[in-house]
Order: sequence, then C-alpha cells, then structure tokens
Amino acid sequence: MAAYIARRLLAAIPVLFGLTIIVFLIMAMIPGDPATAILGSYATPENVEKLNRDLGLDKSLPEQYFIWIGNLFQGDLGRSYTLNRPVLDEVMERFSATLILAGTSLILCSVFGLLAGIVSAVRQYGWADKIITLLVLIGISTPSFWLGLLLILVFAVNLRLFPASGMYAIYGGGDLPDLLHHLALPALTLSVVATGVIARLTRTAMLEVLRQDYIRTARAKGLSERKVIYKHAFKSALVGVVPVIGIQAGFVIGGAVYIETVFQWPGIGSMLVTAISTRDLLLVQGGVLVVAAAYVLFNLLADVVQTILDPRLR
Amino acid sequence: MTETTLSAPAKTKPRSSRPGTLALLLNNSLATGGLIVLVLICLLALAAPLLPLADPDVTAPADRLMPVFSEGHPLGTDHLGRDILSRLIWGTRVSLAVGLSATIIAAFFGSLLGLVAGYAGGRTDTLIMRGIDMVMAFPYILLALAIVAVLGPGLLNALYAIALVNIPFFARNIRGITLGLSRREFVDAARLSGKSPVQILFLEILPNVLPVIVITMSTTVGWMILETAGLSFLGLGAQPPQADLGSMLGEGRKILFTAPHVSIIPGLMIFALVMSINLFGDGVRDILDPRLRAGSLTRPVSRTAVERAVGDIPAPSEKSGVLDVRQMRTEFQIGSSVYKAVGGVDLNLAEGECLGIVGESGSGKSVTAMSIMGLVPTPPGRIVGGAAYLDGEDLFAAGDKRIRDLRGGSVAYVFQDPLSTLHPLFTVGDQLTEAITTHQPMSGSKARDKAIELLSLVRIPNARERLSAYPHELSGGMRQRVCIAMALANDAKVLIADEPTTALDVTVQSQILTLMNGLRRERNAAILFITHDFGVVSAICDRVAVMYAGRIVETGTTEDVLANPRHPYTAKLIECVPVLGEPERRLDAIEGRPPVVNNLPAGCAFADRCPRVGASCRSGEIDLEMSSDTRGVRCFFPLAPGETA
Repeated sequence: MAAYIARRLLAAIPVLFGLTIIVFLIMAMIPGDPATAILGSYATPENVEKLNRDLGLDKSLPEQYFIWIGNLFQGDLGRSYTLNRPVLDEVMERFSATLILAGTSLILCSVFGLLAGIVSAVRQYGWADKIITLLVLIGISTPSFWLGLLLILVFAVNLRLFPASGMYAIYGGGDLPDLLHHLALPALTLSVVATGVIARLTRTAMLEVLRQDYIRTARAKGLSERKVIYKHAFKSALVGVVPVIGIQAGFVIGGAVYIETVFQWPGIGSMLVTAISTRDLLLVQGGVLVVAAAYVLFNLLADVVQTILDPRLR
Repeated sequence: MTETTLSAPAKTKPRSSRPGTLALLLNNSLATGGLIVLVLICLLALAAPLLPLADPDVTAPADRLMPVFSEGHPLGTDHLGRDILSRLIWGTRVSLAVGLSATIIAAFFGSLLGLVAGYAGGRTDTLIMRGIDMVMAFPYILLALAIVAVLGPGLLNALYAIALVNIPFFARNIRGITLGLSRREFVDAARLSGKSPVQILFLEILPNVLPVIVITMSTTVGWMILETAGLSFLGLGAQPPQADLGSMLGEGRKILFTAPHVSIIPGLMIFALVMSINLFGDGVRDILDPRLRAGSLTRPVSRTAVERAVGDIPAPSEKSGVLDVRQMRTEFQIGSSVYKAVGGVDLNLAEGECLGIVGESGSGKSVTAMSIMGLVPTPPGRIVGGAAYLDGEDLFAAGDKRIRDLRGGSVAYVFQDPLSTLHPLFTVGDQLTEAITTHQPMSGSKARDKAIELLSLVRIPNARERLSAYPHELSGGMRQRVCIAMALANDAKVLIADEPTTALDVTVQSQILTLMNGLRRERNAAILFITHDFGVVSAICDRVAVMYAGRIVETGTTEDVLANPRHPYTAKLIECVPVLGEPERRLDAIEGRPPVVNNLPAGCAFADRCPRVGASCRSGEIDLEMSSDTRGVRCFFPLAPGETA
C-alpha cells in the first residue's frame, strides 16, 4: 500500500511539471508587451527595455521558463503590481479562504449526494426516488450564482438569519461560530450542483451493484437487507463514485469563482476575477498554478482512497 | 460534467426502429415537456426581431427600476430604464447562440481529436491523449478563466474559452468508441478494399460515432450555456451595451436589494433554458443509449414476490423428506410477455440424499433452485403457484425474518461462478466470519477460529493465512472451496448447489465433487445438485430429475436413468456425454433449440425436436407417469429398455 502511494506520488510529478509548462505558456502567449502593460502606454522606450530586462523577457522562451520555475522553487511567484505585495503571499492567504469554502462544500455534497443516491436506488420508482430525481434535475440546472442571489434575498435580506457577504463580521467576529455563520449560505450554494451529480451517479452505481451475483450471495447468506445495502452494495458503489468526487472537487473549486463573487468571500476565485479585470497577470498566473496543483493532489487522494477500497487495483 | 461511458451502436440498424425512437421520446413525458419548453424559448428568441418589443438598448433614466407588470413594461425596467422583457428575449437569443456555437466548436474539434486518436492508435494516440489529460488536470472553470485572462474579456473570447475546455470531454468519449469500432470487421473489410484511412474514418466510422456525438452534445449544451452565462455574470463575457442573460444578471446583482426582479428574471430564464435542455437531453440519451434506460436497471428486492392464488396451495406429499417442493411455478414478466420459467415442479429430498436436476440452459433448473429460498430477482420474477416445504414449513408463506434466518442457516447455496459470487472487496475471512456470525452470535476471534476450521474442512492449505486473502488472489478451485466452506458455516440441512463445478477445469471439478460427496456423508446434509452434465450426475447424485422447458420430464435413480433412459430427451442428453476410450462414438447434438417459455405449445414441449413424436403429443396435458416409487416419465411413447432415440 505504501509502495503504491509512493508510486502514485511519483507519477504526479510529471503532471505537476506539465501544469507549470501550460500555465507558463498561457501567460507567454498573451498578446502585447507585458512591460508596456505594466508601465502604461506612456512609458518611455528606455524604461520598457529596462523592465523587460528586469523581468527577463529579453531571453528565449525556454530560458525564461527555467528562470521562472527556479524562482517558483524558491517560493517566488513575482510581485503583484496592483497590490504591491508578493504574489505567493496573496495567493496563499486567499487560497486558505477558498479551501474552507470549497472543502465544506465538498463534504456537504459528498454526504448528501451519497445519501440521496442510496435512498433513490433503494426506493427505486417510489416517491422518495421521484422527488430526489426531480430535485437533482433542478439542482444541476440552476445557475449557482443566481441561486446564491436568491438565498441572499431570502435568508439574509428577508429572514435576516445569515449574513449576506464576507467571511467574518467586521466588528467583534473572527471566531469559529462567526465563520460558520458566514460560511453556511455560500457553502450550501456551492454544493448544490455537485450534490446532484454525485446523487445521480450513486443511484446508477447502486442499481448496477445490486444486480451483481455477490449481492445474491450476501442475501443467500441470510444477511439483513440493511447489511446487504449499506455494507456490501455501498462499498462497491463507492469505488465507482470516489473518482467522481475527485472530479467534482475541480468543479467545486471552479464554481467557487462565482460564489466568492456573489458572497464577497475573500478567496482565490474573487481574487482571480479582479486580477483578470485589472490585468494583473502575475497574480492570475500564481492563482491558477496553485489551484491546479491542489486539484491534482486532490485527485491523487481520490485515487488512493479508491485503491484502499478496492484491493484489485493494488 | 460527469463522464459517461457510452456503448457503440450496432453498425446496421433496422430502419423500422426510427419511428419507434420518436415515439419513445414522446412517451417520456418529462422529455416531451422539456422539448416543448425548449422549442418555445427558441421560437421566442428567433422571432425577437419580428416581435413588437421596445429597443433593448434604449435607456430612459426617468423610467428606471419600474416594477413587474408596469404599464408598457410587463417585466419592468432595469437601472437604466431599459425594458426588461425586450432585453430578456434578446439576451436569450445571445445566450442560446453562444452556448450552441461553443457546443458545436467543442464537438467538432473534440470529436476530430477523438476519431484520429482512436483510429491511429500508437504514438499519435498517446500524444493526443496525454495532451487531453494535461488539460483535464485543470479545474474546468479555472482553465476557462485563464484563457479569458489571456484573450481579454469579451463574449467571443468567453465562447472560445468554454468551447476549448469542453474539447477534452468530447475527445475522450469519442476516442473510446472509435477505438472499439476500429477493431471491428467492417473496418477491416473497408481497409482490405483499399479505402484510405481518411475515407474509412469519415465514411465508415463517423456515421457510427455520430449518435454518441449527439448524446454528448445534448448532455453538454446546457452546461455550456450555464458556463458562458457565468463568465458574463463575472463581467468577463458580454460587454455593455451587448447583453446576454449572464451579464443582465451580473448588472442586476448590484441593485439586488432595491430591485430584485432585475436579477431574478434573467436567472429564471437561464434556469428554464438549462432545465428544459437537460430534460430533453436525458430523454435522448435514454433512447440512444439503451443500457442507461431507466427500466433496464431495476433493483431486485430482497425476496422473490409470491403471488399464489388463495386455496391453491398444495399440501406436502406423503413422502417425508427434509425438502418437499410441490407444483412450484415461477414466472418472469418482461414487458408484456410472461415467461413461464418453472411450470409446476415437484421435488422431494430426503436427509443425506443427493438429487440432481439436469437440463440444458434455459430449462428452468437454476430458477427452480433460486425459487426455493426466494432468490429469484423481483422484478421481473415472481412465484405464482405451488409450495416448498422445509421440514413441513411452507417457505413461500414464511415471513421475511424467518426466511433470512433459514437462508445460510438451514438452507445454504453454492453458486456457479465463484469469482462473481464472492464479494471482490472483502477478504475471504471477512465473508466467512460474516456467514458464521449472522446465524451464530459469537465473538470475532471465535468466529475466526471457526472460519479457519471451515477452510481446513474444505482442504484449503494454510487456512489461517488465507483468511486475509481477497477472492481475486485465489485460484478458481480455491474460491469454490471458500464458497462451499461458507455454505457449511451453519450446519445446513439442505445444500443447494447451482452448477458449482461448471466454471472449473476438469481435475478441479472432480476434487470439488469428491469434497462435496465426503461432506454429505459426514454431515448427513441433503444436496440439490443443479447441472447440465450427466458425467457430474453419475459422480455424486443418488437420484436425478431431468428438466425441459420448466418441467420435469423424467425422474429416477441415477443408475436407472443412465442405464435405461425412457424419455427421448433424456436419451439425447446422455448421448451428448463423451465417453473416455470411445473416440469413434458420434456425439449427437440435439437438433433444434429449447422452446422459448413465453409461448409454450400445448402438449409436450419437446415435440418439435423429438424423433418419436406422434399426433397425440401436441395437445393436452401429459402427466409424469410414475412406474415405481422413484421412476417416472412424462411421455406417451417412452423408450423401452435398451432402445435408442
């Protein structure tokens, strides 16, 4: 098992390198001259040339990449010119806020998605199944940014149960209950689509597993229906659903871009949107890189969990 | 987006299935509803220039933020006094156009990549798929954001970004199918006829892949509309004064508290659009990909449904046996046809006795075995008549709890394929101890000791170490020994073995038979042994019952039946068994096929294949004529001793 995890970790290294190349190339493909972009169109040619030299832009593309990746290893992702602070500091601060939001959503969608999927499969064609199927359809068809606005209108403006925006109260906040109070609406909104997707897949996976010969064996052994479903069938279904949860992590992190904008959550998504509008490209680059790397690591985790569940994959 | 594996449709499709497809779609009321809403929205968007709408871009500061149902503005006005209804319809037009274009672009390039990768294989395939994997390593929306960051905000750039990030999704799906198709005969034939790879790819493979492309498009178009709207919502898509639904929502957000209708209305439209597309897309997918159709994945319940007519329950026979099956009938309801898999079977099993049930596949012998403890899946199966008595107790009338106690307790099963009947994710030890503790509450360590004991009993070497093995780590014979050990866990009175040796090779087969025979003598358990092989019957069974089309056609002691088969079918079956040392003996296959049991002819079901058939065979009921206590045959013209069919 340890050997397998080590092998998978090693296999992730080229993927991570590939990511750095893609991120680097995307930024290198930007039309126009970054120095002009930074200094503005009134900059003197001498200044532009000097900045280009400072940024290393007079060198060849591979050289630029190796300088960039060398800096990356030293934790230097450059400086954000709009915020005038190191990109890495800003990205890490923002990313931790996103992790809190996306992590909570991922837990919510896994728990509710799996539960809804199981109930739906076990009560196939019953009322519970029909209601869940309809809710799932509505869930995956609802624009999350719109749902967020609706929830703000209902729960923050009308009912005054939850705050409409931010991560902590401005005065006197900062503790865990305050965080959870602020987290409730955005985390719920963010988890809706992924819950639907996971519920759908769990339902199909459960129905498929329940037809297997080994389920008949479990019944022939005289096991209670609860054990047949929640122990024997669910474990097999989970093997198929875990990688989907891994993929959903990407959608949750991506969807956080909208939700953070709607709820003014100080995460990396809202940072990226601002950075794109202000063309703070080093910040965009750093943000994209960190999130993509986190996604790769998360999928790695999903792989490992799947392998723990299924001995045949070892 | 979730990944669905789609099965490739067959190369030739009967023409007649086409109208059926549309009919099927209209049968699905949700899909039809989705289609109607979708068509309405599309018509509205297309007709926008013809409708008497206010100019969507004309501002009127005096009329700003008018509520819904205002004079001249049915949906009110926005913060610049523009008519929301007009902007909504024009915005829908833009959103639809952008979403559809993105889907077409993604489908075109993605399918092209998938086709080339799947057909070319080798290095080209590796190169393309590594690139695709790389792109997929990014969270989807993040990549779209990065692309917009490079290209700059704008509706067209958002369109390109969304199309680009969806290409891998198409490429992966199409590649898998192309890969399968390119190994098929019709592609080989085209290659041999001298067609160029380009011709093969576009004339032979593409038409077969097209339905999958359509399915993938129908499942992604809603998503793409949602995502482009999202980018516009963030201010990275449509730029003012141009508006799509997303940018309307984004603008409305700023005045959410004072005028919520400005943002609620466009959101509602996005929702209606995407929901109708998803409903319709699900319907299309269900029809084009029958494997995923809802009905094909029906969950069997824990016990076969019993629907016996009241007052039609046969009493136990006079023979005292541990298991007494009387006139059992089991049916399958598939669509509108009813398959009578078991049509009135009588069995009697004494203590320590081994009764074989022999027949071709489809004769109903397995269903007979499964029906006894209610293991036939419902739906579609159900027991419609007869009774099964275990020590005088009617099993079909027993409660669920009682049946659970008996299953694996007094009545244990051994199934055919030990690889699929053992749970792949639990160790042998877990599965064994579970079988023990379900019926005999005991501590974990005690149960483990008992499990080791059982494994030794079925002659598995190193039993203690084997406990931590998973089924896939054992050989076929070892796996079947584990299954037998599991069946023996609770001192069963009756062991029902459904072709337990069929999946094993011959030497292992005889070991398992010897093992079961020995255990039967040691423990005095009765065995109901299902098989299609008379060789196996002669090795283990005391008595044998031959089944054909759901009924017993001949029964007797094994020696008797083997030496003097009386039913022509039995005789033919015995002739099929090769005899060692008689290589010149002709092995006769029985001509024809067993009848389909949804439409059984009157009289003898074997009549059409029988060499001795007479006029009387095709009408009326033919009884199982008992010539002695054990010997019986269901035939008007039975063979005389020594006669061949």
